[in-house]
Amino acid sequence: MATKKKSDSKADAALYHELLHSMLLQRRFEERAAEAYALGKIGGFCHLYIGQEAVSTGTQSALRSDDYVITTYRDHGQALVRGVPPRAVMAELFGRVDGCVHGKGGSMHMFDSSVNFLGGHGIVGGHIPLATGVGFAIKYRGGDQVCVCYMGEAAVNGGAFHESLNMAGLWKLPVIYVIENNKYGMGTAIERASSIKELYKRGGSYSIADATVDGQDVLAVRETMAEAVERARGEQTASLIEVQTYRYVGHSMSDAASGTYRTKAELEEYEKRDPINLFRAVMQKAGMLTDAEYAKMDEQIKAAVQDAWDFADNSPEPPLEALYEHVLAETASDVLVEA
Amino acid sequence: MPVITYRDALHDALREEMQRDDRVFLIGEEVGVYNGAYKVSKGLLEEFGEMRVVDTPITELGFAGLGVGSAMVGLRPIVEFMTWNFALLALDQVVNAAAKMLYMSGGQYNIPIVFRGPNGAALQLGAQHSQAWESWLAHIPGLKVITPGTPYDAKGMLKSAIRDENPVCVLEGEMLYNTRGEVPDGEYLIPLGKADLKREGEHCSIITNGKMVLVALQAADQLAKDGIRVDVVDLRTVRPMDVEAIGESVKKTNRAVVLEEGWEIAGIGAQVVDYIQRDCFDYLDAPVVRVHQADVPMPYAKNLEKAAKPDAAKTIAAVRKVMYLD
Ligand SMILES: Cc1ncc(C[n+]2csc(CCOP(=O)(O)OP(=O)(O)O)c2C)c(N)n1
Ligand SMILES: [Mg+2]
Repeated sequence: MATKKKSDSKADAALYHELLHSMLLQRRFEERAAEAYALGKIGGFCHLYIGQEAVSTGTQSALRSDDYVITTYRDHGQALVRGVPPRAVMAELFGRVDGCVHGKGGSMHMFDSSVNFLGGHGIVGGHIPLATGVGFAIKYRGGDQVCVCYMGEAAVNGGAFHESLNMAGLWKLPVIYVIENNKYGMGTAIERASSIKELYKRGGSYSIADATVDGQDVLAVRETMAEAVERARGEQTASLIEVQTYRYVGHSMSDAASGTYRTKAELEEYEKRDPINLFRAVMQKAGMLTDAEYAKMDEQIKAAVQDAWDFADNSPEPPLEALYEHVLAETASDVLVEA
Repeated sequence: MPVITYRDALHDALREEMQRDDRVFLIGEEVGVYNGAYKVSKGLLEEFGEMRVVDTPITELGFAGLGVGSAMVGLRPIVEFMTWNFALLALDQVVNAAAKMLYMSGGQYNIPIVFRGPNGAALQLGAQHSQAWESWLAHIPGLKVITPGTPYDAKGMLKSAIRDENPVCVLEGEMLYNTRGEVPDGEYLIPLGKADLKREGEHCSIITNGKMVLVALQAADQLAKDGIRVDVVDLRTVRPMDVEAIGESVKKTNRAVVLEEGWEIAGIGAQVVDYIQRDCFDYLDAPVVRVHQADVPMPYAKNLEKAAKPDAAKTIAAVRKVMYLD
């Protein structure tokens, strides 16, 4: 018994270190991305995920490598957690050929088929039906994978959300819809946009299991997600999870963290529940992490992010020929042969 | 050669392709139990089962997106819109998802999907149900857009569309389903992007597509009685357009009429005329004339509807005009 407990806590420690590392990587990566944006190395719209890291880390830690992930334009964190290399993400932000989509997508459109990362999508709500289709394909093939679909809380007010959940409920598809409720869609507070405040309850309209969880607590997120994953694999049913979170930065790089639609005091209140600090404290209390260990992890991550920056900076721009590549796919001539 | 309807030609294409490849499935409103709003999918539910012939709620945006998502991970959906008018609700998925995915993902996710359904005006269905959408769709890089005008083309082109690795929009003529034509037994494929010379003549070219092919042929028959022989160039595919076929015909006849079902502004015909002025400017003996729908929403009253639609008489008048006969 005693040995078992010991090995459990060892496994726990390894997992906890992984979770902390995953969150801290996102944070440090995006702090540098903000810097690169200010320097003009990154262009266009750029939406940071700072404050929400426990959502990506917690949920994705409950997945298998053959599961599918699809998300919005706020996708850097999700991509990194899924295993898209920091170099490839940074190079994509820089618009370089070694980016994960070779400079064709930028901040909002990260994809990596090698890790079943089905992309960052720029039309609010538009990717939700795609996730439903992935769930349909899993069922069609008779697999036990799941598809996870992240969305902001503002997306639940659009038709795509409702159409998708209805079909997923109707046909029992293994899709887990995760609402990252960071309280605002750009400058519009959720209270000003949704007729009901408890968004997870919308699952009930479509006979989809629902749950809500504290998104600043990575372990709680992981646990809630694990239950949904079990439902999806075992019973092939969908779930709707509302994760309560907050972004500590502006909607995108072009607006301030606070001042117009939310107060500094409100922001500071939420910052007290920074998911990384909270989890670090949990680990320290459990004797799993010393200050020195944390500092070492932080140093390593910063070095990895610097490496990603240098890599991106040295990666060439895409060749001009790329402009006309990948508009259409080649259809193999042998399928066009008549029987 | 057997003579069958356009409807049955499409049906046979669906059935053959579903037999050939079990990744192919059909999804849309009333495609299963009801056998299809226009009966194109008759009997397919019985043959292929509920997983491959999927009746949906009335949720165009949703099921179009479902199709795109399933195509990202290896299936080959055929999404049927009850008519293309209703596909407007799904245009986000056609344009922002299907057409962009390959490019946006740097070549990682192509979308082998067919969006199909009846297009264009039928009879007295009024403004919301009488629209030809090809110029909207043809505008979008990343899509292929086909408008078969005969049973023969419908079968061969739909089969190619299903095997294509890209999103293909198939605009079927709502008024064509009952039309008949020769269709050989067994399998054949018609390559996308290739026009077809449906009638040969030396005096003028009529360049057209879709349902208007029949109108052009009617006009050609009439004109022949007066000794005027025209080329009828059926574009068949409007994106990518067979620019060579247009040039070849116009360089031969030196005169062109462009006939389309939809509206004038930014229509398919505008693009055809642009190709003609680029490639055939020095060959032209007269300015090109276009025939198209009147620039109004489709009215209901029989006489007004007739006045709004392009037809053989208007096409004949246009040919006579470019030939300086009137
Ligand atoms: C259909 C559509 N409408 C508007 C926009 C512009 N827009 C981009 S993000 C956004 C707010 C979305 O908020 P939310 O869903 O809560 O996600 P968050 O940004 O908070 O992660 C808006 C209005 C868009 N991209 N797509
Ligand atoms: Mg939000």
